[in-house]
Amino acid sequence: MKEYLVLRVITKLLLPFILLFGLYVQFHGDFGPGGGFQAGVIFAAGFILYAMVYGVKAARKVLPIGILRGGIAGGLLLYALVGVANLMLGENYLNYTPLAESMKEGQHLGIFLVELGVGITVASVMMTVFFTFATWRED
Amino acid sequence: MEAWIDIIILFFMAVTVFAIARLRNLLAVVMLGGIYSLLAASIFVVMDAVDVAFTEASVGAGISTILFIGTLALTTRIEKKPAHTPLLPLIVVCITGAVLIFGTLDAAVYGDPQSPAMQDVAPYYLENTKKHTGIPNVVTAVLASYRGYDTLGEVTVIFTAGIGVILLLGSWRRGISASTRRKEEEE
Repeated sequence: MKEYLVLRVITKLLLPFILLFGLYVQFHGDFGPGGGFQAGVIFAAGFILYAMVYGVKAARKVLPIGILRGGIAGGLLLYALVGVANLMLGENYLNYTPLAESMKEGQHLGIFLVELGVGITVASVMMTVFFTFATWRED
Repeated sequence: MEAWIDIIILFFMAVTVFAIARLRNLLAVVMLGGIYSLLAASIFVVMDAVDVAFTEASVGAGISTILFIGTLALTTRIEKKPAHTPLLPLIVVCITGAVLIFGTLDAAVYGDPQSPAMQDVAPYYLENTKKHTGIPNVVTAVLASYRGYDTLGEVTVIFTAGIGVILLLGSWRRGISASTRRKEEEE
């Protein structure tokens, strides 16, 4: 899409705001609407927009395939490991209470980590699916 | 006032569905699907379910539309004419719709505080979320903490979907030599 100058400029202008909004939804999900699922999708949408306008190759340079694949497994692993950490600390699986001094802090920290895992996996999967679809013919 | 907003949005949803059923241009169908999701999200906002509306808008209207377009780029844009008459599917759809409407006759009135769904665990969550987790958004607390297992399962579903796409279409297939692929295509 080399000829669409307006699209290219507007994309570059919008991109930081989309990514920032994704992070806001991720880390503000416990106070307002939102959470890992929505944040992951918004974050992925930013990169997909970039890939649509500048080409998948350019997007792949920013986010190499290894990072995306690591993210797919890493997010889920983070979620599961938070549960294992609770087991080690003598509570039930995915009961976050022992992660910090008080129940409130432990639950809050656990929810934060778990939502982060959800966000990482969702964003990585969405980007991987789009990139794979977009480059399938070239392979 | 709220009832009118509902009626107008539902009317638009019905129009969208009829257009989707009539159209053969799949790109237009995908776009209308996105519009349908956005209308559904508006309904959820009217019902004060902002978290669900947010998910519907970002996942239903946003990412699914993009993925559908990606699929169309890999396949074709025009739907083939069906070989059979649409009479049988129409009858099936009418019966299913009638059964669904019959089912709603027994459902609790919308927002009824005396309904069973409001009597069971909902008051427990509303009362204790702040005490247990210190988080004002009850939906997040229920999803990530009280129902943590369910969410773990959901993330596993997304994970599996991603792995499936990589295995079926991923670039690791570049390693398969051209001749093998040609053989595969012939089969």
